[in-house]
Order: sequence, then C-alpha cells, then structure tokens
Amino acid sequence: MEIVVLVKQVPDTESIIQIGEDNVSIKTDDIKWVMNPYDELAVEAALQIKEAQGGTVTILSMGPDKTVEVIRTALAMGADTGVHINDPATVGSDALSRAKLLAAAIRARPFDLVIAGMRAVDEDNYQVGAAVAEYLDIPQFTQVTKVVVENDTIKCHQVVEGATVVAEASLPALFTTQRGLNEPRYASLPGIMKAKKKPIETLTLADLDVSPETVGPAGRKINVTALRFPPEREPVKMIDGENAADIASKLATVLHEEIKVI
Amino acid sequence: MTQGVLVICEQRDGAFRKISFEAVSEGRRLADGLNTDLTALVLGGDIADIAGDLEACGPDKIWVADDPLLMDYRTESYTTVCAQAIQSASPQVVLIGASAQGKDLAARLAARLDAGLVMDCIAIRLEDGQLTYTRPMSGGKILADVSITGTPQLVAIRSNVMPITKSSHACTTETFDVQVDEPRTRVVDKKVESGDKVELTEAAIVVSGGRGTGGDYAAIEELASLVNGAVGASRSAVDEGWRPHSDQVGQTGKVVSPSLYVACGISGAIQHLAGMSTSKNIVAINKDAEAPIFAKADYGVVGDLFEIVPELTKAVRQIKE
Ligand SMILES: Cc1cc2nc3c(=O)[nH]c(=O)nc-3n(C[C@H](O)[C@H](O)[C@H](O)COP(=O)(O)OP(=O)(O)OC[C@H]3O[C@@H](n4cnc5c(N)ncnc54)[C@H](O)[C@@H]3O)c2cc1C
Ligand SMILES: Nc1ncnc2c1ncn2[C@@H]1O[C@H](COP(=O)(O)O)[C@@H](O)[C@H]1O
Repeated sequence: MEIVVLVKQVPDTESIIQIGEDNVSIKTDDIKWVMNPYDELAVEAALQIKEAQGGTVTILSMGPDKTVEVIRTALAMGADTGVHINDPATVGSDALSRAKLLAAAIRARPFDLVIAGMRAVDEDNYQVGAAVAEYLDIPQFTQVTKVVVENDTIKCHQVVEGATVVAEASLPALFTTQRGLNEPRYASLPGIMKAKKKPIETLTLADLDVSPETVGPAGRKINVTALRFPPEREPVKMIDGENAADIASKLATVLHEEIKVI
Repeated sequence: MTQGVLVICEQRDGAFRKISFEAVSEGRRLADGLNTDLTALVLGGDIADIAGDLEACGPDKIWVADDPLLMDYRTESYTTVCAQAIQSASPQVVLIGASAQGKDLAARLAARLDAGLVMDCIAIRLEDGQLTYTRPMSGGKILADVSITGTPQLVAIRSNVMPITKSSHACTTETFDVQVDEPRTRVVDKKVESGDKVELTEAAIVVSGGRGTGGDYAAIEELASLVNGAVGASRSAVDEGWRPHSDQVGQTGKVVSPSLYVACGISGAIQHLAGMSTSKNIVAINKDAEAPIFAKADYGVVGDLFEIVPELTKAVRQIKE
C-alpha cells in the first residue's frame, strides 16, 4: 500500500493574526508555525492503515525552507519518506495551482491512497484535496470521520448536514480528514531521532509536469484585494438582578423586545 | 457570450436544504444587479415535482436534472452534470451552498472547469460592473475581499448568512438532459437524523455549552428545543466525550452565524471565538466575571449556568405563551 499524505505548515491556531502593510497579506514575524491540525489526522490515519496493511507512507508538502519542519514532524510520527516542493516560482500560488503542483508530484510515483486535510486553517479553502483528486482522476471522499481500507477497497463515513453517509470505492482514491477520525499520536523521542535519518527529496518546478504560467502570482484566479478584521461589537451589556429568576426574566425581555429573536 | 447567474441547488431525499433558498435569493439579487437571467439547477432522482418549491425566490428558469444515477449525491456524477450545465449556459457566476456536500462539489468542479472558486463567501458586492467577494479566513479571525479572474466565477456561499427573499418572476421549468456514467463510488449506507433535529449550521438560535456544564446538557438541550435551536459545544466538551464532534463550534469545528448564540460555561478561547464571532447576537453566561467571552458578547450574565439557564427557559416559555 503506497500512501501519500499532503501536509501543510500553517500558523498555530493560538496566533493573533495581523494584517501586513500591503493590506493583502498577513504579518508572519511573530507567528509560530505548526502542522495543519487536519493534516495531523491525515498522518495518523496513514500510519494506522500502514500498520494494518503494510506499505509506505510518503509525506508531501509544498512551501518555503521552513516547511521541512512539518515534514520532519510527520517522519518522527512514523512516516517513511518526505517530498518537499520548494521553489520561489511557486510562492503565491492559489489553491487550484497548489493542487496542480501537488498532483504532479504524486503522479510521478506509485500511489494507492492519498490523504489530505479537509481544510488548512490558514486560508480555509477546503479545496486542495478535491482538486488533487480531480487532477489524478481518482474518486474522492471529503470530511471523513471513519475509514476502513481492506484489500483494494476503501470505505468512508462522511457526516453531512442531517445525515451520515457511508460510501466505498476501489483504490486508488483520495480522502480528506474531519475531526473525530482519530487522535493523532505524538512523535516519540526515538521517533524524532530516527526521523533525522529519513530521506526528504526536494522538487522544484522544473521537476514537475506543470506549465510555469499556471502557478505563482501570475497563475492566480483568486486575487485578494483587501484584508480586514471583522467589525467590532459594541461593548457588552451586563445584565444583573436580585436572583437568577430576575436576571433570566430581564434577559428574556431583551431577547424578545430588543433583538427580537424570540 | 458569458452571462447569467446559475445556482446549483441542494436537496436530500426530495426536500431542499435551507441553503438552496438562500442561494437562489442571493442569485436573484445578483442577477438583478447584473441585469441578467437567473437559472436554478436541481439534481436528483425522482425530484421533478419539488422544483416548483424554488419559484418563490425568483428564478427565471429551473433546470431539472432527474436521473436514477443522481439519486444519491456522488461527487463524480454531480460534477459531470454541473459541468455540462455550466458549459451549455456559460454563466458569469455560479452559486453553490457551502454545505459539506456543496464544498465537496464546488472544489471538484473548480478543478474540472479550471475556474476560480471563492469558498464560504459571506457577501457579494457589485461596483462598476466588478464583483468583489468577501470570505473569512483563519477561522474568521480576518475577512478577505477577493476578486476572481476569468469565468465562470464559482462562489460557495456560507449557510445562514444571506437572507431568503421572495420575488415573483415568470419562471419556466425545463428538463436538463443528463449524460452521466455510473460513479466510481457507491453509497452503502445512509443514516438520516430524525427530522426534528435542527442542523447546527442552519439554526437561527444556537445554545452552546462548554466545560462549565460538567457534561450535564439537560438545561441547555431544553432551552434549545424550546426555541427550535441547535446545541453546540466547545472543543473541551467534545474532547471530554460529552458531545459528538459534529457539535463542535470553532476554528477546528463548525463555523456558525445564527441570529442568537448563547455561550454557557465557555471561557472564550480564540479558537472558539473564531467559530461563532459572526453570530448576529451573542449572549454569554459564565460564573467568572473575567472570562474573555464577555469581551466578544453583546449581553453578559455573571452566574451559574445551572441556575440561569433553567430560569431563562421558564421566562422564554412565558413569553411564548
Ligand atoms: C489546534 C487547536 C484547535 C482548537 N479548536 C477549537 C475549536 O474549534 N473550538 C473550541 O471551542 N476550542 C478549540 N480549541 C480549544 C480551546 O483552546 C479551548 O481549550 C476551549 O475552547 C475551552 O473550552 P471551554 O471554554 O469549554 O473550557 P474552559 O476554558 O475550561 O472554560 C470553562 C468556562 O466555564 C465557566 N464555568 C464553569 N462552571 C460554570 C458554571 N457552573 N456556570 C457558568 N460558567 C461556568 C468557567 O468560568 C470557564 O470560563 C482548540 C485548541 C487547539 C490547540
Ligand atoms: N502547500 C501545501 N502542501 C501540502 N499540502 C497542502 C498544501 N496546501 C494544502 N494542502 C493540503 O490540502 C488540504 C486542504 O487545504 P486547503 O484547500 O488550502 O484548505 C490541507 O489540509 C493539506 O492536506
């Protein structure tokens, strides 16, 4: 079983996001970078499938030099090899262009299963997984909460609004992770030591079958024209009273008469 | 010539999801602004008689793609039919609801058509013929204004943000001929939730409980059901196993925008705020007057949720009677 996991490095969810001088990018100076939380689920899922079925787990990540950190983290969790797409020409690619590059790197090697996060918590695009599946011409299952891989078949549980759907397909296929799928393991100390010796291959645009004009700033179809913060709320109005019943009755009156939601 | 607005509607088991009416209503406003036509596309199996339900929101045309192969939503078959519809209508803008299913479809369709997609759009602005879309990023910590190069412009709109409006237009309903192969994925089981459970992302009122509940959601559930709302939870509550993952609100959970969000026993961590800060009104009930949630709330009560929430339920019941 050849499993490829797509892993992105993103700002820690604790980060306070600040808007840059250009008004279209975020300030990255004080940010702590981590593995996208949904990609941790993806690495864990890959390791569990490998443990049951045998095979190799390849981590694929695209980004600048420091992206190696998340590849190493995944290798320390137990993945076998890493592939790092690192080329200044790809910086500034939008989700669709990123998917083209990632798909090109996957296509060049054997694969049975591709696993991605359902979304990266930086831009929240929810797009790269499905687009990679389209470019590879394989079936996809997004937002998966349970997965069973047996022989050449994959069965996935997907929670959609108002229902849980269980569906299956023959491999090769791609799925994206939703919370509930598993609890990602931590890298052990021996794991971290071993990871230092595991191979990481670096790819540039020249190694990939993607036309240069479709990536980077020139290839963008989505252009950010301005970033801003959500509107500030009015200062909180505290409601107090003699006892719980009194407070509750005042609050109910506000909900009914002032904001008219009840 | 590229013109017109196409809305891809979502139905399940013969009933439209609320987001479909939101999308058609927004499509109508957009088509009026662009001075063009609005087409609503409905896909499914045995659904011909439901199409009329959309008419009130004002499409000029409804296309019904009715085929046994479209009975269950499957990414590949739906993508193929939507791509055919887009090729034959060549619309400028395509709206899709950003539900779980809508996100799955929109992303695959964007790659199929090599078209720009704005995911989770919360506002569309038309100025001097130029369309600007607003979408939250980093779980709602910031908002981005974006434009799309080329057409069709694919826009997946967030649930519960854009209003449903009525508009009377002469509307024709046509069959859209489906040419689709058997998809490579098969649905083997489907568990539909009981009809009276309100979906978290569609609810007008969300009552959420955090670690402060100690796992006892009885009072929260009672209030939620009285107001026909949904129950939400913080990640701590989910991690404790008190609530299912599908109830989690926040940066790694669901993003909700109800008319009223009631946070009970939730401290207001940055990741939680990311998932609910676009709610129209926020009420916080917390026994710690210093809890950060109060800085993001419109109304606050310092008190024990086990005393306040049942009394609030009583008071609301009185108003309703
Ligand atoms: C990568 C990552 C992603 C995350 N994603 C999310 C996410 O999506 N959503 C999310 O919610 N969190 C998320 N978190 C967790 C987040 O950081 C907080 O830990 C979590 O939101 C805290 O939950 P809480 O407010 O229920 O618990 P606490 O912070 O423990 O707060 C409990 C509150 O209840 C109050 N309280 C206690 N008893 C009572 C009572 N009887 N009556 C009234 N008030 C009472 C207390 O005063 C306190 O303010 C994430 C964390 C990480 C690291
Ligand atoms: N630069 C990248 N390198 C590797 N994987 C990525 C990259 N960008 C996105 N992905 C994958 O695609 C998923 C969804 O990302 P997005 O569509 O940007 O929200 C992520 O969880 C990753 O698994």
